[in-house]
Amino acid sequence: MEVELKEMMNDLDSLMQSLTDPSHRAPIDKLKLRVERLANFGNFGPSRRTKVKDMSAEVVDSNPYSRLMALQRMGIVQNYERIREFSVAIVGIGGVGSVAAEMLTRCGIGRLLLYDYDKVELANMNRLFFRPEQVGMTKTDAAVQTLSDINPDVVLESFTLNITTVQGFETFMSSLKNKSFHPNKQGSGVDLVLSCVDNYEARMAVNQACNELNQTWMESGVSEDAVSGHIQLLIPGETACFACAPPLVVASGVDERTLKREGVCAASLPTTMGVVAGLLVQNTLKYLLEFGQVSPYLGYNSLKDYFPTMEMKPNPQCSNSACQQRQKEYLLVKPARDAATKAKMEAEASSSMEGPLHLDNEWNISVVDDTEPDRIDVKSSDALPEGLTHELPSADEFQTVCTPEAPVSAIDDIEELRRQLDALNST
Amino acid sequence: MEGWDPSTKSTLTQIPLLSTKAGPRDGAPWTQRLKEEYKSLIAYTQMNKSNDNDWFRISAANPEGTRWTGKCWYVHNLLKYEFDLQFDIPVTYPATAPELELPELDGKTQKMYRGGKICLTVHFKPLWAKNCPRFGIAHALCLGLAPWLAAEIPILVDSGMIKHKDDAASSTES
Ligand SMILES: [Zn+2]
Repeated sequence: MEVELKEMMNDLDSLMQSLTDPSHRAPIDKLKLRVERLANFGNFGPSRRTKVKDMSAEVVDSNPYSRLMALQRMGIVQNYERIREFSVAIVGIGGVGSVAAEMLTRCGIGRLLLYDYDKVELANMNRLFFRPEQVGMTKTDAAVQTLSDINPDVVLESFTLNITTVQGFETFMSSLKNKSFHPNKQGSGVDLVLSCVDNYEARMAVNQACNELNQTWMESGVSEDAVSGHIQLLIPGETACFACAPPLVVASGVDERTLKREGVCAASLPTTMGVVAGLLVQNTLKYLLEFGQVSPYLGYNSLKDYFPTMEMKPNPQCSNSACQQRQKEYLLVKPARDAATKAKMEAEASSSMEGPLHLDNEWNISVVDDTEPDRIDVKSSDALPEGLTHELPSADEFQTVCTPEAPVSAIDDIEELRRQLDALNST
Repeated sequence: MEGWDPSTKSTLTQIPLLSTKAGPRDGAPWTQRLKEEYKSLIAYTQMNKSNDNDWFRISAANPEGTRWTGKCWYVHNLLKYEFDLQFDIPVTYPATAPELELPELDGKTQKMYRGGKICLTVHFKPLWAKNCPRFGIAHALCLGLAPWLAAEIPILVDSGMIKHKDDAASSTES
């Protein structure tokens, strides 16, 4: 195409030179202009934009960040550019995670860490983000391909692994601890972990890692019947962890007994997943850029368009020992933190009273209150807001049940036990 | 135990329960748990054999006991259908059950997640959660895999998705 256009240009040039009558030049000049435009047009498609050094607020067509920086001009966000300093880990690059990754990429997030072990399949095409030509690629590779095209400024790191296995979990932990992006950062190497997985096992693994690393994270989920979902903020020691209580799910309102599960594992809709990804990334932006109110729990029931919210206290008897450790640490620093928060709120309130009246004054003042917000005790089901239920029961009080001791082998050597099972297996 | 058939229930109650709550990252307590797993699996296998209902073979594929491989089979219309069985012990075990995989059946049935992980009934996870840490690998096989095979293999055979190895041209062994 390019060669063809160049030759056409040469032909037009020689035609121009061969002309003796200058009145014929105007239409040829016009033609040359059109060829030039065509040549430029062809360049736009495949070429990537170059990286930008600083986020500019300049409102021009070529600035990818002008509309985001406008948030700062409008006073919604104090310093939008800080987004480039943040690292976010996304676990699960499926219907929710991939969309969340695209949103954060378009927002100009500093660095994304992506985790998944699956491949793109045609069966995924009812969801957003992945394209049919990516079928067969790992979700992580396909995501990096698309995301780096959309925004080359984002540092992308991808991990094709299953975090629930011992080895995958170790790599997951060390990747979160890696501080190469910001060597001076406090805590772990990431600012937030987003769980976008579709199963309880993987959520428990994220919970384990975040409790051990004292890492704030957000949970997200879409129900197996595809009509409800939720997001949840988890701060180790401060809020309930994922193991503190059986997971909460938004009741769809559909009677479980009439729900036909035969023949299928799970349904999915791009709409519900897109809504949940949107809620998750909105909460992420509010958390990272410190604006608005970060939701501790937000449910979405699409059949009734109902959005239950609530807050959960950690369970002092949580079965996760890392959670218990974080709870102890939190109680130690809590009085100092509360005092600091109160002082800050009072300072803000008084300064806004003196200063020009802002629209959000009433909100600021309403928070200056030393009573704790209503936080529910995760253990009892009665306290749950309407429309929320526990997905699983709690473990029974641990007790020695009448175990049939008789047939149990009295041998206590692991090698001997292994041999005994092998012997049984070979007969 | 609502939602379970009587024979699964009675078998389950005879499998020795475990008591150590430890996962593969827990060091010495995991070794203790592993001993309990072996004892419970030995008892369950013996019980199946004496009841003439032997239906699986499973053994640890690594010294740490975090990966398990073996076989399971199901008899339908007097023919035996055998499949590779594998699973990893998750880092959050025993709070979460192992995800049992039948890789040969991956993609052949809707009742499976990718990678050949079987899709358990709505009754499995609540019962597992309620009985943590007393349920182990043997309980997962009894409550998860056995009912799955009983429900899915007849459908897979009758729909022609799987063939008996004697019918399959590639196999020579009986
Ligand atoms: Zn907890």
